Parts: sequence; C-alpha cells; structure tokens
Amino acid sequence: METLEQIKARLEAALPSAKIEIVANECAAGERSLLVDAASGFAVAKFLRDDAQLKLDYCSNVTGVDWPDKELTEKIKVKQVVDGVEKEVEEVKKTLRPGFLEVVYHLYSMGLKHGPVVLRMRTENRADKTHLPSLTPLWRGAEFQEREVYDLYGVIFDGHPDLRRILMWDEFVGFPMRRDYVAPDDFEYEPTPHDEVLVEAKKHYPAEPKAEVKP
Amino acid sequence: MNVLATPPKNFEVKPKLDAKGEELGELLEVSMGPHHPSTHGVFRMDVVLDGEKVVKLKPVFGYLHRNHEKIGENISYLANMPYTDRLDYFCSMTNNWAYALTIEKLAGLAVPERAEHIRVIMAELTRLQNHTCLIGFFVQDMGALGTPMMYAFREREKILDLFEEVSGARMMCNYMRFGGVRVDVNDEWIARTKKVVADYSKFLDEFGTFLTENEIVLARTQFVGVLPKDLAVSASITGPMLRAAGVNYDLRKVDKYGIYSRFNFQVPVGEHGDIYDRYMIRVLEMRESIKILEQALRDIPAGSVMDPKAKLRGFRPKAGEVYGRVEGPKGELGFYVISDGSPNPYRYRVRPPSFINLTILEDICLGHNISDAVVILGSVDIVLGEVDR
Amino acid sequence: MLGEQIIKGMAVTARNFFGSYASKERLTTVQYPEERLPQKGNTRQFPFLVFDGDDAEKGLRCVACQICEKECPPKCIYIVKSKDKKPDYKGQPQIYPLTFDIDISVCMSCQICVEVCPFESIKMNTEFELSTADRFGDLLLTKEQLAKPNSYYQKIHPVDAAESDAVIAVEKAKAEAKAKAAAEAKAKADAEAKAKAAAATAAAPIAPPPANPPTTT
Repeated sequence: METLEQIKARLEAALPSAKIEIVANECAAGERSLLVDAASGFAVAKFLRDDAQLKLDYCSNVTGVDWPDKELTEKIKVKQVVDGVEKEVEEVKKTLRPGFLEVVYHLYSMGLKHGPVVLRMRTENRADKTHLPSLTPLWRGAEFQEREVYDLYGVIFDGHPDLRRILMWDEFVGFPMRRDYVAPDDFEYEPTPHDEVLVEAKKHYPAEPKAEVKP
Repeated sequence: MNVLATPPKNFEVKPKLDAKGEELGELLEVSMGPHHPSTHGVFRMDVVLDGEKVVKLKPVFGYLHRNHEKIGENISYLANMPYTDRLDYFCSMTNNWAYALTIEKLAGLAVPERAEHIRVIMAELTRLQNHTCLIGFFVQDMGALGTPMMYAFREREKILDLFEEVSGARMMCNYMRFGGVRVDVNDEWIARTKKVVADYSKFLDEFGTFLTENEIVLARTQFVGVLPKDLAVSASITGPMLRAAGVNYDLRKVDKYGIYSRFNFQVPVGEHGDIYDRYMIRVLEMRESIKILEQALRDIPAGSVMDPKAKLRGFRPKAGEVYGRVEGPKGELGFYVISDGSPNPYRYRVRPPSFINLTILEDICLGHNISDAVVILGSVDIVLGEVDR
Repeated sequence: MLGEQIIKGMAVTARNFFGSYASKERLTTVQYPEERLPQKGNTRQFPFLVFDGDDAEKGLRCVACQICEKECPPKCIYIVKSKDKKPDYKGQPQIYPLTFDIDISVCMSCQICVEVCPFESIKMNTEFELSTADRFGDLLLTKEQLAKPNSYYQKIHPVDAAESDAVIAVEKAKAEAKAKAAAEAKAKADAEAKAKAAAATAAAPIAPPPANPPTTT
C-alpha cells in the first residue's frame, strides 16, 4: 500500500479544498492517521473508497474519542531584558486547548487485502457544535457504529438514515462515555464499599457503613 | 457498488391493497424478545408482519449493556483482561488473545514461541466449540429441540475440560497475558488434547450425517436469508457470514497474526450466501481448525511462555494508539486502545463482530416468514454479551 | 428418496441412545451429588489466605500491602492495616491485616489477586458449594473464614503449592542468611569495640570510655 504521505498528496491534488493533516503516533505500533476537516470528510472518504489503487471498501471500526478542555503547559525560552542585560529566561506558557469530540474510522480493503488507513474527524466543540458528516451512505457497516458513537458521545452525524440511541434507552439524558459524565446516584448496598462507593455509601447510610465499624 | 450502501429506510409500512384500493388486512407489530428463547439472549426485534411475512424488522439492543468500555477506561490494563472474557462468553480465549495482541502491539512486547503455539491451540479449540454449539443452537431454532444441541454440548464439554485443566475455569479463562500466557501446559495435557482433536473429526462425521443432507434442514435453509456479496462487504460483515457470501477474507491469512503463516490450512468460501452456506462454512472451518490443531500440537517447542520484559504490576505503556484485530469465531474482533502513559487506557474500544454483523439483519429477513427470521438470526451467530457490551 | 436422510439421522440418534448403555464415551452425565468428577488441575473458585503452622492469626502470610485490593477488577477485597507489627515468616516485624474481607458475591474468580501478590499469601480455593440463604452476610468472607493452612493448599493444588513453598524457602533462606550475616557482623563489631575499649583502657586508663560503642551493622 502507498504511504500516508502519498495518499495525502493525492488527496490534496484531487480535492484542493480539503484540509488534511497527518497525526503522529509514538507507540511501538506507530500507526499514523489522517485528520480531515469535517466539511470535506465525506468527499475524502468517498475518494478513499472509490480510488482504484486504494479501494478501501471495508470500514472495520468506527469509534468516538472524547478530548475535554485541557491546559497545555509548555516551557519556552524567552529573551528578556533584565536590568539592561539581555537574558534567556524560562517561562511556563499555559494555553487552553479547547475540547472536541473525535471520530475515528479504520478502513481496510477486502479486495486488495491491505490497510488500515485511519481517518479521523473532529467536531468544533463538545457542547453545541458536534456535527460531523455521516459515512453510512458510503459504508453500510458504519450504521450501527455511528449510532453507538451518537449514543455514547453525542456526535451528531448529518446524513445518517436512522440516528437514534442504540445501547441506552431513548429517554436517557446525557452521554455516558464522555469523560465528564457523572453517574446517577443509584447507590445499592454493598458490604465492602470502596473509594468512591464508600463516599456514596456514607451519604446513604449516615450511621457508619460496615467497613467503618471495624478499626 | 454503492447501490446497496443505504439501509432500508425507516419507512412507514402500509398493508396491501386490493384492486379497488381497500386494505386487504391488518399489519401486526410484534415485539419479539427480549425474553424469547430463540433470540440467543436478551435481544429484541421489533417486527412488523403482514400475515406471516416480515415487512419491517428493527433490532433493539442494550438490555445487557454495562458499558464495558467505560469499565475498561477506569481500571488498569491487566485488570481489564478478565472483563474481556465476558464479552463473548463462548470464546473467552480468542477475546483474551485479541486484547493481549493489541496491548503487545502498543507496548512492543514479543511473545515466546511456545506461548504462540499455545495461543493458536487455544484459539482453534475455541473455534471448534463455538461453531459446534452454534450449529446446535440454530438447528434448535429450526425446531430440532434438544438432540443435536445436546450432542454439540457433549463435545464442547470435552474442550471446556481441557480449558479448565490449564486455566482453571471452563468459560471465563482469563488465560493470556501481555507477552505470553499465564500457565504452561504439560505433556499430559497435550496428549489429551491430541486425543480430543483426533476424536473430533469422528464426531463431525456423525454430526454431518445427522444434519448436512437432512431434508428438513435443506428445506429450511437453502435460499433463505441470502446475503449478497457486495452488501456483505459494504456492511462490514466478517467471519463465516462474510465467507459464506463468497468473499475470501480471513484475518488468519490476511494479517497472519501470531504464527498462522506457518500452518497449512485453507479458507472455505461459500457461493450463495444463504443459511445453508453459513452452516456449511462453519463445518468446513472446523475441519480446517482440526488441521491447524494437529500441526500446532505436533510442532509445539519447549521453552518459556512469558516474555521476560513483560511486567505484571505497574504496567504503563507509552502514549500512542493502536488497533489490533484477530479472526474470532464470529468475525473480526478488534480492540482500539489509546494510551496516555498512565496505568489505565485513555480510550478503550471493542469492535464487536456480532454487533456489526446484525447491521444487515433487516435486509436479509425482509420478505421471509417470521419462523425463517428466527433461523436467520440463529445463523448470524450472536452473543449478547458482545452485542451490548 | 425423500426422507432417507431423516432416517439416517434417526439411526444416529438410536446409536447414541443405545450406545449410552454400553459405552462410557456416549454416557457423559454424572449423578451429582452422589457421584462427583475428579477435580481438574488448576481449577479455581474463590480466593483464600494461606497461613503457615497451626495458628491462623500468627502464621498468616499476608502483610496487608493492599496490592490485591488495588488490582482487583471488581473491587471486592477490603483490607484494614494494623497499627502494630508482628513477625512474619522471615522473622521480620511486619504489619498485618486487621480486617481482610472478600465479598464473594462480587468476586469474579479471575485470579488477578493471586498473580499480583508478592508474598504468596492469597491463593485460589476449589470449594464450590457455597450457597447460602443470606445474600449479604454469609457471602462476605472475613479473615477468619478465609485463612486456610498451607497443608490445605498443598492438598488442593500440589504442584502450585510446591512451587510457592520453594519460593518461600528461598526467601526465608535469604532472610536467614542476611540475619545471620547481620548478627555476625554485629558480634564482630561488638567484639572489636570491646577489644578497642579494652586496649584503650589498657593504654590510657585515664581516658574516658567511648560514649557510644559502634553497634550498628
């Protein structure tokens, strides 16, 4: 199969408006991925599927990832003039990376038996602008998996034929796989409460729970 | 391709009209499940029937949902291993392998030769017992109550005994570790496994005379639930379902993970994509599994079963992401893990084969009788522990 | 002929049915509880705590390090550390668990606690007839219920027990050797100090004796 750089170059030639980046991966496996902007996501995916050299006709895995707001700290060297003398001073620069939701597609080719090409798309934020194009019209296999991402992360796929909750029930509020999801207070008695459960237990049993009775 | 890529619309179903435009009858909406003996667990199908014909079918999931992925993100890499047993509780060995393989890819661990052989043996034994049981189940869905399933379970028990001997549990084996397997097998176990494998082809012959040409089985399965080839590819169907539709795609041949490149075996491929082909593919796959088992049991070398670099306590792989997959008995079982360098995974995702194989359930059931829908569901081979996670 | 294969199938059933009277291969059922299958090699059910010797309180190997509590996937272990110390099998003073509870209604028999334990103190039991009428109380096993002698472990898992005994013996031998070396060093140092002191007194009787004889090893 072509390298990711070649694929990127060909994509940019075919779709000049698309913004494509290669995302690095530092672990032992080192599978890098293509980050595509939401507007041209569908066109890029269609190109990847229909291109004769790639022919990625099999969308194996669709998944969401939640990246909440994160404070990035960077140490940078700044030249400052202190008492008339220019000095290099280390300064900690704090930047706030706004949070977003990410959807990752793992594409393979069944005909040519190669892959994977990892395609990712990011939403603008985590609150209201969580729209992404649905790739279900291209790969039917994404249908249930996109529904699952919608259900658990709250990404809204435009163009999905049947976007409903799939694992949680329809009346459920919230997106349980997000990292800031707070589980409802449905404590059940447990003889050996631990950490968070112990805190919960104390709320429900003001007369100390069993674990606290013993010294 | 791409005509079939859109699913049947969530359309409004209307009853048939006669020549004058008046309704011939009423449609009946049946909520089949979640506690229905034919749904292989707590699975529900919302079916709309015109007489006995299925005109709409929507699967409903989530009755066994416990958010396995969230649990996996809140506990350490090692502690998640026993939870993977509980995904597809028929095939805990292949689940373990898929997870271990993914984390090995992430952390760059090597697996010793002997452990690789043991893994292949365990995975193929799992495939044997899974396919045997599945055939028992789906013949039961056709109405053969009891007998074939009991024969299947009798044989399965022999394999589960082997698992228990080594790993300590029949079904929830929790056997593999990052960089090897937990316990070594002894020679006595290998000898017993050889005997079980040798006897298995005899059992398959007997099971074959029982079912393969049985007139009732033929009548119920041939040209029922046909899955076209291009729909199968587009809908990411994997495993025996895909190969029955005529696509030669087996990860043991494509990815050659583990040491599968060393074994001599073939990938059976179907022609029609109907239920009978799915049955036949499983039977033939079991024969191939027996071949692999014979070779693996013959070639197994001596040596250690754990990578000395692997750490049990305080395992923290480098930051990065990885997708690992194996050919499970039900299809491609994948794990997607993002590590941020902490003891817990940042993101942990399971690609469940039986969940994705259900995508086309409506397409292949439309137009068939409700009794056929039951058999079609049986031939898809689902386990709700994995579908709902 | 239509129906031929069905008749063949019937023949298979008949062969299995009548065969079950003659061959042990075809009759696989066992009349539990009167009849029982022999225990399989590494069978595991729920964990128990190993102690050496006769006294469960004194010989308990667990040192309340809480690794198993942290690693336990369903978090069913509960440990309270002691404030004081008691000698462990090596003879060194160690803390011990005041409370060690395992809730076997939550435990999933995964054996992770056994693998992560660095002290060979928690092992898997093979007892499986544990049903009770009380959902919470009786399924919460306390330290007293969990403690089982090493001889019991040797009985249920002879191979593993032998391995674990060997590990313990090595550790013990190491500890003993270290203790012996320490004692010898101490004795030597004492003797030297004494000799020095004696020499000092002999040489200069007016000089005061050393305030702190070097006794550290």
